[in-house]
Amino acid sequence: MNDLVLSLFRLGFLVLIWLLVLSVVGSMRRDLAIGSRARTGKPSARELKKNPELAEPEVPARKAATSLEVVEGPLAGSSIPLRGQPIMFGRAQDATVVLDDDYASGRHARLFPQGSRWFIEDLGSTNGTFVGDNQLSRAQAVEPGQRIRIGKTVLELKP
Amino acid sequence: MTEVQTAPVPRRNLELLLVLLALCVGGAAFYLVGSSTEDVDNTDFYVQMGILAALSLTVHVLLRIFAKYADPVILPITIALNSLGLAMIHRIDLAKGTSQSARQLLWTAIAIVIASVVLWAIKDHRLLRRFTYIALLLSVVLLLLPLIPKLGVTINGARIWIRMGMFSLQPGELAKITLSIFFAGYLSSNRDLILMAGRKFGPLQLPRLRDMAPMVIAWLLSIGVLVVQRDLGSAILFFGLFIVMIYVATARISWVLIGALMVVAGGIVAGLTMGHVTRRLDVWLNAFDPAIYQAKGGSMQIVEGLFGMADGGLFGTGLGAGSPYRVPLANSDMIIASFGEEIGLIGVAAIILLYMLLVSRGLRAALGSADTFGKLLAAGLSFTLGLQCIVIIGGVTRLIPLTGLATPFMAAGGSSLLANWIIIALLLLISHNSRRPKTGGVGPTDEFASASTALTSSTKAVTKK
Repeated sequence: MNDLVLSLFRLGFLVLIWLLVLSVVGSMRRDLAIGSRARTGKPSARELKKNPELAEPEVPARKAATSLEVVEGPLAGSSIPLRGQPIMFGRAQDATVVLDDDYASGRHARLFPQGSRWFIEDLGSTNGTFVGDNQLSRAQAVEPGQRIRIGKTVLELKP
Repeated sequence: MTEVQTAPVPRRNLELLLVLLALCVGGAAFYLVGSSTEDVDNTDFYVQMGILAALSLTVHVLLRIFAKYADPVILPITIALNSLGLAMIHRIDLAKGTSQSARQLLWTAIAIVIASVVLWAIKDHRLLRRFTYIALLLSVVLLLLPLIPKLGVTINGARIWIRMGMFSLQPGELAKITLSIFFAGYLSSNRDLILMAGRKFGPLQLPRLRDMAPMVIAWLLSIGVLVVQRDLGSAILFFGLFIVMIYVATARISWVLIGALMVVAGGIVAGLTMGHVTRRLDVWLNAFDPAIYQAKGGSMQIVEGLFGMADGGLFGTGLGAGSPYRVPLANSDMIIASFGEEIGLIGVAAIILLYMLLVSRGLRAALGSADTFGKLLAAGLSFTLGLQCIVIIGGVTRLIPLTGLATPFMAAGGSSLLANWIIIALLLLISHNSRRPKTGGVGPTDEFASASTALTSSTKAVTKK
């Protein structure tokens, strides 16, 4: 093969491999937040007109939960102050809230803060953790007033 | 926190496009390798590219079926790296008259098939959490296997291979996956205990010993076995994995400090007492000393690699036009040096960027994952990939002492290829589960979730009676 052609091919190969790199980067534009769609934060008025579904429903300012109240169960009536530290529920002695309940697992669930909200996560318990009537399959945000059920114990966040 | 939600899109067509582009890169590499030899016989080229393309497209189709929402760039990057590696191994074969590339292609096929089986069989990575302690046991067995007489073989001073018939395997490569699974499973259920219990020590909070015991045992075991087997690279890899997983789980900088101290202490002790480590350090620091260059097991390999890369310069000599075969192990440990010589800094920079992008996509899957286990597993697995690259590429370029770790996807070696493809399958699954629509999505994982719900509600009904 002609040497010149071969050299061109070799340069072309370098171009090709960089083309791959750049198209991969280009396809990640959304994650890298270069494109306008990827911007997190308040959508501009023009974007709102184009995509009405982006409009945030007017939520009343959420009050951060400050305590956790036990509504039902052996510990009913007691309340636990929330201080930005995660709380673990379970029968095990090292749990933050020790539940004396045959339906609860040793390490049943944990409640943890993220941003201004509290999330509950099941730690692989036998009987599951419920928010309202739904069993948790992943970490879920809880609002004040929602009922969290662990075994016989029902808990609620209080503002 | 306001967040613009975009509806999840599968993006499989984009993946197809990128896979085709990646295959073009691989094909071009093969073509250049073939066209630089005297007798242009392109049958190898057609056969190898054909098999590779068929395998890649099969994985792509499987992803369309089993993991529709998986990250679209992980697979193309992997295929590009794998085919570049194959092309370079083929090139060294042509120069030396060996037939490593056929073997590597066979292993690629095996690895892709097993990765597909993982995709098909696991479907939801949370399933793996149930095997936390089995994974620990499996890691122990895998690490101990090469020590069994008869079964284990010592190659290049490290006893990390086992021989089965015509294949030799490095079980330690698979142990990095099982150990990641164990660390992820253990830390995701015990994170709070490790975080909260324990006494404060100045600004550092140290956990109680008994909360850490299984982790420490796992770590001691892997390090211990590796000291016995004299494989420094894997020891670094496992130790790094251990530190990173704890750091990711607890977000405590104290772990990184403790880890750094342990590395420094361990490094000094090993450097003073263990012969092969001392020699490595010597080779690293005084590589250009003629006595060390000529010594057996001296710096000839690394220095020849450096000369090769210097010869390549910015643009490289062109694939097939350099002489990377002069370097010992040019197709495995030193494959980056071979690339440095033939495609130059520009090409190697692209390869390193591909690795970085791959690792960043793995970490992105970890960020998006909703469950702690998935987060830790994805972070651990992608970190393993990244650390392997740093250790081996850093070693070849004489940034750090050279230790034998496989360059992921490129170096000749079946077990590493297999393990890394399984890692890719797991990352794809985790990214699928983190990107798929949270409600009303139809996927195999939903069946799994509802089946387990049904199971727990039926057991509850039984216990209520």
